[in-house]
Amino acid sequence: MIRIKCPYCGERDHSEFTYGGDASIKYPSLDAPASEWTKAIFFRENIRGMQKETWHHTNGCRLWLEVERSTITHEIKSVKACHPQIEKITKNKS
Amino acid sequence: MTSLRKENYGKINREKVLGFNWDNKEYFGYEGDSLASALLANDVRIVGRSFKYHRPRGVMSCGVEESGALVTVGSGSRRDPNVRATTQELYSGLNASGQNAFPNVNFDFGGVNNYLSRFFAAGFYYKTFMGLPPFEWGKGTGIWMVFEKIIRKAAGMGKASREPDPDSYEHANDFCDVLVIGSGPAGIAAAQEIANNKLDVILIEQDSLLGGNSLSQKDFDPYLLNTQLKSSGIRVMPRTTVFGIYDNTVVGALERVTDHMPTPHSNLPRQRFWTIRAKHIIVASGALERHIAFNNNDLPGAMTVNASKHYLNRYGVLTGNNIVISTNNDSVYQTAKELHEAGSKVTILDSRENVNHDLSKDIDLHLNTLPFSINGRKKIDGIDVCKTTDLSNKNTIICDQVLMSGGWSPIVNLVSHRGIKPTWNQENLCFIPGEIKENISVVGSAKGIWDEKNCIESGFVGANEAMNTFGMHKKEISFPSVGGWSNPIEPLFEVKSNKFPSKSFVDFQHDVTAEDVRLAHREGFISVEHLKRYTTLGMANDQGKMGNIIGLSLMAEQLDKTIPQVGTTVFRPPYTPVPIGALTGRNVGKHFRPLRVTPMHQWNIDHGAKMIEVGLYQRPWYYPKKNETLSDSYIRETTIVRKTVGICDVTSLGKIAIQGPDATELVNRIYTNPFAKLPIGKARYGIMLRDDGIVMDDGTSWRLGENEYFMTTSTAAAAKVMSWLEELLQTRWTDLKVNVTSVSEQWAGAAIAGPKSRDVLNECVFDPSEITNDNLPFMGVLQTKLKDGTPCRVVRISFSGELAYEMYIESDYAHGMMDLLWESAQKYDGCLYGLEALGALRVEKGHVTAAELDGRVTIDDAGLGKMASTKKSYIGSAMRKRGVLSADDRDMLVGFFPINEKETFNAGTIVCEKNNIKGQGVGRITSVTHSPELGHWIGIGFVKGGLEKWKDITLIGADPVRNKQMEIKVVSPHMIDPEGKRMYA
Ligand SMILES: [Zn+2]
Repeated sequence: MIRIKCPYCGERDHSEFTYGGDASIKYPSLDAPASEWTKAIFFRENIRGMQKETWHHTNGCRLWLEVERSTITHEIKSVKACHPQIEKITKNKS
Repeated sequence: MTSLRKENYGKINREKVLGFNWDNKEYFGYEGDSLASALLANDVRIVGRSFKYHRPRGVMSCGVEESGALVTVGSGSRRDPNVRATTQELYSGLNASGQNAFPNVNFDFGGVNNYLSRFFAAGFYYKTFMGLPPFEWGKGTGIWMVFEKIIRKAAGMGKASREPDPDSYEHANDFCDVLVIGSGPAGIAAAQEIANNKLDVILIEQDSLLGGNSLSQKDFDPYLLNTQLKSSGIRVMPRTTVFGIYDNTVVGALERVTDHMPTPHSNLPRQRFWTIRAKHIIVASGALERHIAFNNNDLPGAMTVNASKHYLNRYGVLTGNNIVISTNNDSVYQTAKELHEAGSKVTILDSRENVNHDLSKDIDLHLNTLPFSINGRKKIDGIDVCKTTDLSNKNTIICDQVLMSGGWSPIVNLVSHRGIKPTWNQENLCFIPGEIKENISVVGSAKGIWDEKNCIESGFVGANEAMNTFGMHKKEISFPSVGGWSNPIEPLFEVKSNKFPSKSFVDFQHDVTAEDVRLAHREGFISVEHLKRYTTLGMANDQGKMGNIIGLSLMAEQLDKTIPQVGTTVFRPPYTPVPIGALTGRNVGKHFRPLRVTPMHQWNIDHGAKMIEVGLYQRPWYYPKKNETLSDSYIRETTIVRKTVGICDVTSLGKIAIQGPDATELVNRIYTNPFAKLPIGKARYGIMLRDDGIVMDDGTSWRLGENEYFMTTSTAAAAKVMSWLEELLQTRWTDLKVNVTSVSEQWAGAAIAGPKSRDVLNECVFDPSEITNDNLPFMGVLQTKLKDGTPCRVVRISFSGELAYEMYIESDYAHGMMDLLWESAQKYDGCLYGLEALGALRVEKGHVTAAELDGRVTIDDAGLGKMASTKKSYIGSAMRKRGVLSADDRDMLVGFFPINEKETFNAGTIVCEKNNIKGQGVGRITSVTHSPELGHWIGIGFVKGGLEKWKDITLIGADPVRNKQMEIKVVSPHMIDPEGKRMYA
């Protein structure tokens, strides 16, 4: 059971969360051409090691979190709120 | 041979006599007995038959590694097969029987297999697929078909009950600072040291009594230990097995709550499935004694050495009167002394040349001596022994029991779950756990430490490591060295002579012999993982606890490699079997998954609704009048809606409140159609795409104010859309000032549909003038009040294609709203309608739902391309026209009619060309209904190229699952009132 330290709720079982996806993707603007969107959506790294990913605290505070996790050991290096302003507030809390 | 209960031995309660039943005979034991000890005490030696050869088997150990005494406990719905008699506590009235035998374990017809064993060698099951050699080798699977039935009947250990499980099981959760697994000397030392430092400790022990291997010591008092531990604040969990260690020092554990009690028991659950989250784990799981492979090493009476010491000192049972102990290590000498003191004649065969032990003169010690073959049929009559230097020269020693010790294997299973490979220790001939980088410490004999004092010392080191996790001080002690015997162990895995064919068992339960391992090697199975599967070595209930190392050593010998070069198979959870019932817990029957009901659930039932589960929701399916079938009912409901008016609970739609200065911007970015200029008081139907241009969901959004929207989603996608909006706002569009809140539970909704719907509403609202066509046109939104003053929201919207409205009210007032609507609807001969009629109405109109929007469909495929704005950018706009998504032959939404109007079809029917009925055809039917208005069955679905391509061409609806075919034609999906005149009325 992976345990994730939600900056708002504290350390919780991963079963409270929903895995999102690659957190390192910078999504193009809505009016960007299909080629840029194709790159963002379909060309993903398959990382062996530390990876930035998003998790949604679905059965908790409903924050979207950016989690640094090792795909080899499941070790979690850091967790923070994706939204920069929420991150600022919750950083002091945890 | 009669084995005796010994006075002054054992930790059983002789005051409390327990009657039990074994194979339909009554016996007696004592409180504190295991089923195995009670059977041994009653001189019941044969307790099972082996898997393939049906050889008689007896009790071979005293713990979870047991692979001989697997029995069936209980009867009827509580019949539990493959119970290890060694770990089953005796209780009054326990009812157990031998398994895998007919008529019983003493006399078993299946025993004939023993003489056919050359046909049952390694890979027998696989070989029969190819034909049984030598008769029909290579002639295919004919003989398999014959043998398969017989094998199925003969194979399998025991039979589970076919009745529903009458017991309940629970899931439980806990947390602690340090979790200690195992209550032997090392575990106890660690737990006490940590508890003394004020940390919260849970100590888990699989046995009913604490002490681990100390239970085999004569003067050890487990009850005193229990009291001591509890008074130091340790939370002790006996009868609980940690079956797996998972990420972040979380363990799964199974607590057997009532398995030791007579049935039927109290209100307790039978077992608890624990998830325990620790910050540090100390594994003190101990070690298991290995047997030795030699001829007939499986006869009842053959046992591991330490087991007999347990039976003597824990249960007061002396397992033999004339005992031969065969060994290659020092661990047996104390046992030999104690068995001798208890009254047995004891002979030791030690394979080593020199040992230094202080032994009574009455104990015969033969050095340089190997066990060669056990003599006897159903019991042991003697043993042939030989010198290590000369295997052809044999002596027979008369005895009634043979005890074996081929060395000890630390239980590395739990740390293996963490992906840690064990390392081979040549000096002690065992695997010990490798380096662990998590907060897990392994102590005691689980780490290959044999000496009790050093085990305790290692416990203190483990405690130090645990306290270090909490930043507490560290004492200066170092880990004791592995091993601890004064005379080194020497390899003794198998005794074999090429001149003398033998049945030397490696894995008892699956009847895997040393010869099977060699045969597998000859046939090319040289990887240890392949060997395991081919021979089934290590795949029985004990999962290789007994035989794995011997198997590896035989493989190493064949490959001319060392054991570590051959490797070890990876242990995976569970350590011991976990019943499915415990995994399921309370999630059975009605509690299998959560149940969602709408606020008017009871109202619906009171008004005759038959309910159906949609996702998690209970929704009205149809409202049958007397004797009406589903089909009668929904056809009537559909007809009435089109004729007058119907009321339907639509609460299960997802509802999201969108508020903030950028609410309009958000809504405009996620829908394909323009929302920027939607006036206040108006709703709009919208479609959302995914990033990749595929349709995600559809629904309506109503503008309630300058900065406020009320969004509805489909029932199926409610949760997904909510998460999606949160993701966009929290990860991508973090500058937007807008908040989304799920209000699905807060608002109850009803559809009022049909030509008379306006009249019905007029009677229900406070101010009927608000409901006029001018004041509330199609897609108009009104925040108003019911006749009784309760605030409500009304939107003029239509899923049925009729003049229709949806009314929403705060959930607590749902019953009142329904009463009002229904009272009024009855005056117009209206009806209540359910999901089936709702479906019929929308299929007639060609409206899509989750059945059509299945994650493969584009907005153009759904025939809604005109809803995709070309003037703005939105989610999916860049990708919706990419490559394959704009191909000409995409599956496009169409309607289907049967050519013969009397014919019906089902959803899932494959649409094929007339002379090419195969594969995926050219399309599929996704939703069907009988259309009362058209008078025949209709469907919607998809076909390659759409209506234009297939117009006027007869196609075939193929339904291979139901073995059905019918001629169909493709029509427009808008089958009724295609201009939409009715809903604008
Ligand atoms: Zn949270």
